[in-house]
Amino acid sequence: MSDFLMVVLVKQVPDTKNITGEAMKEDGTVNRAALPAIFNPEDLNALEMALQVKEQYGGTVNVISMGPPSAVEVLKEALYRGADHVHLISDRTFAGSDTLATSFALKQAVKTKFPDVDIVFCGRQAIDGDTAQVGPQTAEKLGIAQVTYVEHIDALNKKTIKVRKLIDDGSEILEAPLPVLLTVTNTANEPRPFSAKRLLKYRKAATEFGLHELLSNYPQCKTTEELKEHLKKKGLFIEMWNARDIGADPDQIGFAGSPTMVKKIESITLTGSGFKEIPPTDEGIKDFVAELIEDHVW
Amino acid sequence: MAKHGEVWVYAEQDWDILKEIGVELLSKGRELADTLKVPLCSVLIGSKVKRHADTLFEHGADKVYVCDNPSLAHYDTVKYAKAIEELVERYRPEIVLYGASPQGRDLAPRIASKLRVGLTADCTDLQIGNYKHTDGNEYRDILYQIRPAFGGNIIATIVSPKKRPQMATVREGVMPTPSRQDGRKGEVIEFKPSLNNLKNITQILKREKTEKRVNLKGAQIIVSGGYGVGSRDGFNLIKEFAAALGAEVGASRAAVDAGFVEKDHQVGQTGTTVRPKLYIACGISGSVQHRAGMDQSAKIVAINNNPEAPIFGIAHYGIIGDLHEVIPKIIEDIKKRRVD
Repeated sequence: MSDFLMVVLVKQVPDTKNITGEAMKEDGTVNRAALPAIFNPEDLNALEMALQVKEQYGGTVNVISMGPPSAVEVLKEALYRGADHVHLISDRTFAGSDTLATSFALKQAVKTKFPDVDIVFCGRQAIDGDTAQVGPQTAEKLGIAQVTYVEHIDALNKKTIKVRKLIDDGSEILEAPLPVLLTVTNTANEPRPFSAKRLLKYRKAATEFGLHELLSNYPQCKTTEELKEHLKKKGLFIEMWNARDIGADPDQIGFAGSPTMVKKIESITLTGSGFKEIPPTDEGIKDFVAELIEDHVW
Repeated sequence: MAKHGEVWVYAEQDWDILKEIGVELLSKGRELADTLKVPLCSVLIGSKVKRHADTLFEHGADKVYVCDNPSLAHYDTVKYAKAIEELVERYRPEIVLYGASPQGRDLAPRIASKLRVGLTADCTDLQIGNYKHTDGNEYRDILYQIRPAFGGNIIATIVSPKKRPQMATVREGVMPTPSRQDGRKGEVIEFKPSLNNLKNITQILKREKTEKRVNLKGAQIIVSGGYGVGSRDGFNLIKEFAAALGAEVGASRAAVDAGFVEKDHQVGQTGTTVRPKLYIACGISGSVQHRAGMDQSAKIVAINNNPEAPIFGIAHYGIIGDLHEVIPKIIEDIKKRRVD
C-alpha cells in the first residue's frame, strides 16, 4: 500500500434542486433564505472517490470547506462518512469572492497546509452557481494537472493516475501525472451513507465558533479554552483557518480579488406570454391542431 | 488605433471534427463585434486544422488564428491553454467566448486563472452596454454576461469591467447557427505557441464513443412525457404521439427517475437543454429545473390534468385534461388530415 495524501474540496450550498412551495414567494420568485443548506451533491461523489482510493490504495482523506461558520455541518457529514480530518476556511474577508478569488483561497489552503498533496478531489460543479470553474482554476493556481468530469479511477501509483472521464459523446481513458486535481461527476459512484458509529462520535465535533454554545454540555470544562483542549484530545475539534492562517493576500480574495461583479439579478417569475387554454373536447382539439398548422408550427 | 480589441470565439475541434458550438457562437460574436466595430475572429487549435478556417469565414469570422502543430492533434488542457494564453498576450482581444461544452468548461477556467481575468460560466445571452461601478467610475462598452443561476431561479447579469479580455462560456444550443455565406473569405493568421517543456500534460490512452440515439438538440419538435404519464407502458403513447408528428421523444427527470424512459431522453438542467420550434409537455408539472431546459422553445404546449401545474405558466397553449384521452384525440385528428 502506498500512502496517498488526498484533499477533498467541498461546499455547502442551498438546496436549489428541491424547491418546495414554502420556498416560493407570492410573486413567484424563490425565497433563497428558506432553502435548506446541504452538502453539494457532486462533492459527495468526490468524497466517495477519495474514500475508495483510501480503501484500495491507502492514504489520508482531508476535507476542506470554505464558507461561513455554519458550513461546519457539511464537514461533520464528511466525518460521518469516513473523512480522516476536516478543516474550515472562514473569514469575513472572503465574502464576495468570485470563482477566481475562491480558487486563490483554496490554493493557499492546500499549498500551506498540504504541500505534499497527491490528489485533490472536487465535485464537477456546485448546484448554486453551476459554474464548474473553481476546480480547474484551483489546479492552475497549484500548478498541477487537472482532469475534469472524472467517472472512475482505473489505476494509480505514486507517479501517475489513469482515469475515465466523460466527454461530449462518450468517454476517454486519460493518464495524468501526480499531483493532480480531479473533478468528479454524479455518475461516478453512489456516496456511502453515514456510519452510525462515526455519527455518534463526531456529532459532538465543533469549531471555535461552536464552543460557547456547547460549554453547558460539558460541566467538567469551565472555560471555552478548556473545552477546546478537551475536544482536541478526543479528536472532535475542527480547525478553522482565516485568511492570515493560509497566507492569503487580501488583494486576491473577496471583492478585491474578484474580477467579475454582479450587475443585476432578476428573479424568474412564472409568466406565460399569450396563454391560450384549449378545451379537451373533440372540437377544441380540432381547432387547436388547425391553428398550429396555420402557424406553420407543424 | 482601434478603441477596442477584437472579439474572439474559440472554435472547438475534436478529433479533427469542427464542433457546432464554435460555429454557433459566431452569430452572437458577429453582433458583439459589429457593436464594438471590431473584427470577429475564431481561434482554431489542432493538427492540420487550417482547412476548417473556410467554414468559419463562411459563418462570419473575419480572421482565424490557427495554431497548427502535430502535438496539438488531441485536446490537452495545459497545451491548449498555453496556446490561447500566448495568443491573448500577443493580440490583446477585448472578448473571448468558449462553448460551455465539457472541453470549453475544462479549458476556459484554466486560462482565466492564469491570466487572472474574469470568466462567467454557461451564459445564455451576451450584450454590450455601459457599467457604472460602485467606485463611481463608468465603464463603457462592457460585455454583459447573462446567465441563469441558483438552479435556474434567477437570471444574473455579470460584468468584468476592469480586466481584458472579458471571457465567458456560452451554453450550447442557445444561439442560432449563423447562415452560411458561400465563398466568404477572411484572413488566416498562423501562430506558433511555445509548447516545449510543458508540465502536467495528460495522455489520452483510449476513447469510447457511445452512440447517442436520441437527438433532442437537433429536433424541431419535441414531445415530452412526465411523471403524469404513469408507467413505462403508458410512455408508448408519448412515443406514438411523437411518431405522428415526426418529433423526438423527451422526458422530465421525474419520468426518467421513475424508469418510464431512458435517461438520454431527459430534458432540463441535468439533461439536455432544447429550443425546438414546438415543445409539447405531457403530464409534466414543470419544475424549475425542467423549465430551465426548455423555456426557450418557440411554442410550448402543456397537457396536464392539474390546472395549477407551473408548466402552464410558461405555456402558449394549455390543455387541462387527462393526457390519456387528449393525446389519442390529437393523434387521430392529425391522421385524419393526412388522409384528407
